[in-house]
Amino acid sequence: MRRLILLSCLISTASLAGGAYVRVPAGEFQSVLKYEDNKGKQKIAAFDMMKQPVTNAQFLEFVRKHPQWQRGKTPVVFAEQTHYLSHWQAPLVLGAKVKPQQPVTQVSWFAASAYCEAQGARLPTWNEWEYTAAADPKRRDARSDPAWRESILGWYAKPASTPIADVGKSPANIYGIQDLNGLIWEWTEDYSAMLVSADNRNQSDPDKSKFCGASALSMEDKESYAVMMRVAMLSSLEAVNSTSNLGFRCAKSLPRAQKRSP
Amino acid sequence: MKKILFALLFSFALIGNAASPKPAPLPGDSVLQIDNVFTNQDGRNFKLAERRGKPQLVAMFYTSCKYICPLIIDSGKGIDNSLTPDERKKLSILLVSIDPVRDTPEALMYIVNKRKLDTTRWTLSRTDEKGVRTLAALLGVRYRVLADGEFNHTSALILLDAEGRVVARTETLGSKPDPVFLAAVRKTLAAK
Repeated sequence: MRRLILLSCLISTASLAGGAYVRVPAGEFQSVLKYEDNKGKQKIAAFDMMKQPVTNAQFLEFVRKHPQWQRGKTPVVFAEQTHYLSHWQAPLVLGAKVKPQQPVTQVSWFAASAYCEAQGARLPTWNEWEYTAAADPKRRDARSDPAWRESILGWYAKPASTPIADVGKSPANIYGIQDLNGLIWEWTEDYSAMLVSADNRNQSDPDKSKFCGASALSMEDKESYAVMMRVAMLSSLEAVNSTSNLGFRCAKSLPRAQKRSP
Repeated sequence: MKKILFALLFSFALIGNAASPKPAPLPGDSVLQIDNVFTNQDGRNFKLAERRGKPQLVAMFYTSCKYICPLIIDSGKGIDNSLTPDERKKLSILLVSIDPVRDTPEALMYIVNKRKLDTTRWTLSRTDEKGVRTLAALLGVRYRVLADGEFNHTSALILLDAEGRVVARTETLGSKPDPVFLAAVRKTLAAK
């Protein structure tokens, strides 16, 4: 019995260390991305998403357990040496300038993916992220509300030198998820599927053969500047890159039977 | 005493090394470090690290693709045809499918036969979804699954040196090789 209690303690600390997940119900929504092959609403299956972005403290715990992801030990193909976790004082020390409860930034897509995988999770897809980030505390889709749009755009007006706040300071949206807007940029699993910027960059390029299949994505909703800025930013990145305000959170698919929530 | 201990430890380390010779680790910028399992057209599993030691061309494709993907194979053949027999022997070619659902070893073998590819030098392979995503990220290949199961992807032929480092890439496809890329292939083969 004592062993059982010990075990359950271990399990609960483990899930605490990794960040809590919240169930996001299935639904349909209109992405700002105009998919040539799928013009209507995007169907989203129910999934679990981390309530908050992964913090410095959580990522430190991860690199302790997985030394191959420590700064200086990670092969340069998986993380740029000059940027990866460069704001930490040392590979295993956050230092005075970095707070444990701030979201971790300066992480490559490979490192973010590895963190999630170690949790039995994955990065959210772009559609999942956009779907969840469209919600405010009362509505699942607040995007048509000018006041809501304004509040999100406010973040972009802040100078880049403003220190990043701790996670969990913003009100939870209707699903109970925080910090999707107004804190950091976040990696998505399929960020590289956003061919949109590659297409824009090559508008004058007659060599269309660069893309196999249908033409690349374009933007649907010209009013959603905030989301479009995210798309532009993500699609300009390579998986090895990291920046001082780019972090991530993880998501989990549900077993098939649970995907259609009521 | 300390010295003796040290010497002892040192000799143990030497013996340990002699017993199990370990190859030098791959350089940090080697793409071959990807840990995912791949499967070739014969159904044999392998890791990319096993392909160390020989320069290679790598591209991502899928067998049911009608337009660009045949061009990717043409491009590989175009390079082959521009090389001397000696140069050819030193180069291998790896195509990796971005369509794990449909591209079984049988589907890959169908293309091998249809395009009469020499499997002593050409390998057509598949991996799981995660492997596809990771390799695509390493090679800077962008792709997206379309609603009808087709793919939208950037097409590139990438040259890796014997250690798996990216030396050159071209997005000019077709049977007539990109001259700058071909020169890079020649130079890399000569270096080995």
